Amino acid sequence: MSRQLRQQLGFTLLGLATTIVVLPILLLVGYILVQGASAISWEFITAMPREGMRAGGIWPALVGTVLLTLGTAIFAVPVGIAVAIYLAEYAHDTSLTRLIRLAIINLAGVPSVVYGLFGLGLFVIFLRLGTSILAGSLTLAIMTLPVIISTAEEALRAVPQSFRIVSLSLGATQWQTVRRVVLPQALPGILTGVILGLERAAGETAPILFTVAAFFLPRLPRSIFDQTMALPYHLFVISTQVPGMPLRIQYGTALVLLAFVLSMNALATVIRSHFRRRRQW
Amino acid sequence: MREPKFLLENVSYIYEDGARALHDISLCIYPHKITAIFGPAGGGKSTLLRLLNRLNDLVPGRHLEGRVLLDGEDIYAPGVDVHALRRRVGMVFATPVPLPMSIRRNLTYGPELAGVRDRARLDELVERSLRAAALWDEVKDRLDEPASALSGGQQQRLCLARTLALEPEVILLDEPTSGLDPISTAKVEASLQELKRRYTIVIVPHSVQQAARVADHAVFMLQGELVEEGPGELLFTRPHDQRTEDYITGRFG
Repeated sequence: MSRQLRQQLGFTLLGLATTIVVLPILLLVGYILVQGASAISWEFITAMPREGMRAGGIWPALVGTVLLTLGTAIFAVPVGIAVAIYLAEYAHDTSLTRLIRLAIINLAGVPSVVYGLFGLGLFVIFLRLGTSILAGSLTLAIMTLPVIISTAEEALRAVPQSFRIVSLSLGATQWQTVRRVVLPQALPGILTGVILGLERAAGETAPILFTVAAFFLPRLPRSIFDQTMALPYHLFVISTQVPGMPLRIQYGTALVLLAFVLSMNALATVIRSHFRRRRQW
Repeated sequence: MREPKFLLENVSYIYEDGARALHDISLCIYPHKITAIFGPAGGGKSTLLRLLNRLNDLVPGRHLEGRVLLDGEDIYAPGVDVHALRRRVGMVFATPVPLPMSIRRNLTYGPELAGVRDRARLDELVERSLRAAALWDEVKDRLDEPASALSGGQQQRLCLARTLALEPEVILLDEPTSGLDPISTAKVEASLQELKRRYTIVIVPHSVQQAARVADHAVFMLQGELVEEGPGELLFTRPHDQRTEDYITGRFG
């Protein structure tokens, strides 16, 4: 076989592999769009579910998911960025910090249902938070932390070392250097990681299953100690637990969840390209 | 003779892996003179320079013997404010690194951290240091543009101006013209002659020729040892040590 032909074959195989990856995604999104679009209406978004969820809307589940995502952000973002700054800027390379990094990487691989059980044990039962938005947010935050920490640490490490040395040589302290030079440069990368992490939190079912999610609660939560419905769990419930469920409501719910997550993704892309254009190195 | 600005007493410097970067260096650096530390690569010139503003503190596992005195005070004594020291002893690096901000903010960065808040005072510092670095006329109308938009030669003069804006007493220059064309190099060298009236200048030149051009006092270093030092005009014309002569006549290096 000639070299030209082999190259041609190689490209074809690579292209094929890419198609195999992209095609299911397009089919999935397309299918949900086609099946669910007819369910979408102002009422579907903003009304309480009625008749055992077989009619009405998904308002409390949507609000619940937004609240849980916000709650996750409040806990996970400051802690995650603080840990990343510590690891990237302050911690020396010792066996302890290597152990911490290894732990963080491994935490990212823990199945989400395990986080759910952990949250049940620690927050719901031991800390007596009950099944509540607070317990759910904390559980999701712990699940999200490894993603935020590792992407933020990467982003901080990508800032050229020469900036730090110059800043220190101008009489800045290490914190002033981080605050005024390194963080602004790493911000787009950090934000991307934050949004990707939160996006995963918004779509997860298992961690909220035992810690916050209500099966059927046709009202908005009254406080952070209240339970709430949430989109992923609601989708699970109406897909498997309620007989005689209209298909279009199931796909409509899936479509709203997908749109929520994808719009966060789009936001991350916009932020990244916006800052990349302004980057000065 | 005047009091030395810097006095190094039997300074040895050892890296974590046991490599000895400096061996028993004793040296006086006098104010209002250009001291040029030259020699082949790996001789410990940059290490010596970075000892003077404690930028070597960043290297883990360093080990320093001997004393480094600035105006008679040990800069490695416990309780010394390193950040204040680095403002007194400013540094310009081989590669110009403008901070990722505007030209103006590059210049006000150090003074603002030192607590200068007054706008008029900062504006004055910006203009004065840019003039001293021979850059004012080229950038006065675009102070708020990103510093990275400047040419290489302009960036290096900006870095010099940025150091001057700290109002330091000593300026350290580590091969400040290594990436510059001859015209920019000449501009920087001319600035140095002007600046030595007000500052103490220590330079690691990027060539023997540059050392000979700028040095009031020349220090020849080889493999971590100080081989010979003396007034520039003497050291480059009548060196005492055979190794110095071999190096400046180009027999090695």
